[in-house]
Amino acid sequence: MVTPNPDFARQIAEAGGEEVKMCFQCGTCTAGCPSGRQTSYRVRKLMRMAQLGLKDEIVNSEELWECSTCYTCVERCPRQVPIVDIVIALRNIAVSEGHMFDAHKKTAQNLAKFGHTVSVSDKVSALRKEMGLPEVPPTVLANAAAKADLDKILKATGFCKIVE
Amino acid sequence: MAKYAFFLGCIAPLRYPGIEKSTREVCKALDIELVDLKDASCCPAPGVIRAFNKKTWLAAAARNLALAEKAGLPIVTICNGCYGSLFDAAHELKENPALLKEVNGILAQVGMEYKGTTVVRHFAEVLYNEVGVDKIKAKITNPLSYKVAAFYGCHFLKPSGIKNVDDPENPHILDDLIEATGAKSMPRQNKTLCCGAGGGLKAAFGDVAKKFTQTNLENMKASGAQYIIDVCPFCHLQFDGVQKELGYSIPVLHLSQLMGLAMGMNAKDLALSAHVTPVTL
Ligand code: SF4
Ligand code: SF4
Repeated sequence: MVTPNPDFARQIAEAGGEEVKMCFQCGTCTAGCPSGRQTSYRVRKLMRMAQLGLKDEIVNSEELWECSTCYTCVERCPRQVPIVDIVIALRNIAVSEGHMFDAHKKTAQNLAKFGHTVSVSDKVSALRKEMGLPEVPPTVLANAAAKADLDKILKATGFCKIVE
Repeated sequence: MAKYAFFLGCIAPLRYPGIEKSTREVCKALDIELVDLKDASCCPAPGVIRAFNKKTWLAAAARNLALAEKAGLPIVTICNGCYGSLFDAAHELKENPALLKEVNGILAQVGMEYKGTTVVRHFAEVLYNEVGVDKIKAKITNPLSYKVAAFYGCHFLKPSGIKNVDDPENPHILDDLIEATGAKSMPRQNKTLCCGAGGGLKAAFGDVAKKFTQTNLENMKASGAQYIIDVCPFCHLQFDGVQKELGYSIPVLHLSQLMGLAMGMNAKDLALSAHVTPVTL
């Protein structure tokens, strides 16, 4: 049984995916989608599900996370549907309701901890030094005050909630 | 002398420092002055962080853009992910004053403001558009004879409606830059196919990502390419990291490393030991 949810359209629009209504279901996107070639993900179908407000089906689906954001579909869509923006909007909604892969949580935690998506490694630090580069790159990694600014931004935008 | 704020990102400085080093050297040789964008953070990554919380992504990107604005410099990136995030964020903030106002409300909490003026450039596109193939040719001291596969990746060219870097379905600027070094860019099937790593696919569905990469590797191998030349440390990480397991061994170089070699840079400064797929020059 499908459970259409009329509030979902408003939620999608708020998350930046309002133009999903432009989609007329031609399937050009799916035809060129490299992920659809390898998986059960069908981007045309996802757009339809979003139009119909099938929220539970979308936020619980693995397929929502099988888009590589390659923009092939966006380039070819005859209706200029900003498909990647819609995928991002749907993912934002899914994450805000607690649907997140552990591997993604780890990436988010790295950003909160280091200000970067990956950590510093001894091997790379040694290589940097050897080449005459500063051992620690001159980013937030090298300035605690700048990192504290970033932390405030993460907090003010609710990012901390998703890394807990 | 052209001057840019050098945005490092994450993967280049923290996984492939040879990409950072060679970019610095190549820019020096081409009279491009790079000023470190001090205190910058992750761009933040467009396929993961933006997918988790778009507000966070936009505000943190705006912080990076504001740092460059304060320095009065355009940003140059060496990564398609950073280019994607910073370019797209700058574009959105320019087009949408209400959004800019909202983001500035957040930046005000750390005593910053973004006026919306930062220009975001990609290293490869700067080489092509600002330096030009002829000037690059004149700086080549060690002409190369490799046959290579040019790998553009996705966010360098797309969405093309706002980026306008090259034809997204049939691009040529990376091929032209490669050929300026003497190397030959081999034609191949499906040249603009994604590496598979983006959008959080590498982390959550590594096997699916690898299938994208394998299709690319198969096409590259069939083309006779001896090296893969990318313009993105994240594509670089994907191609470099998965080949062994998939049974391929085509060395991977970032455009900056290829240019560095052709301009006579010391191989030691390419940090090739950071590469998983062995690089023999
Ligand atoms: S290509 Fe565009 S209009 Fe056609 S199905 Fe896909 S999103 Fe809808
Ligand atoms: S952006 Fe996503 S949905 Fe569109 S073609 Fe690429 S993988 Fe498929």
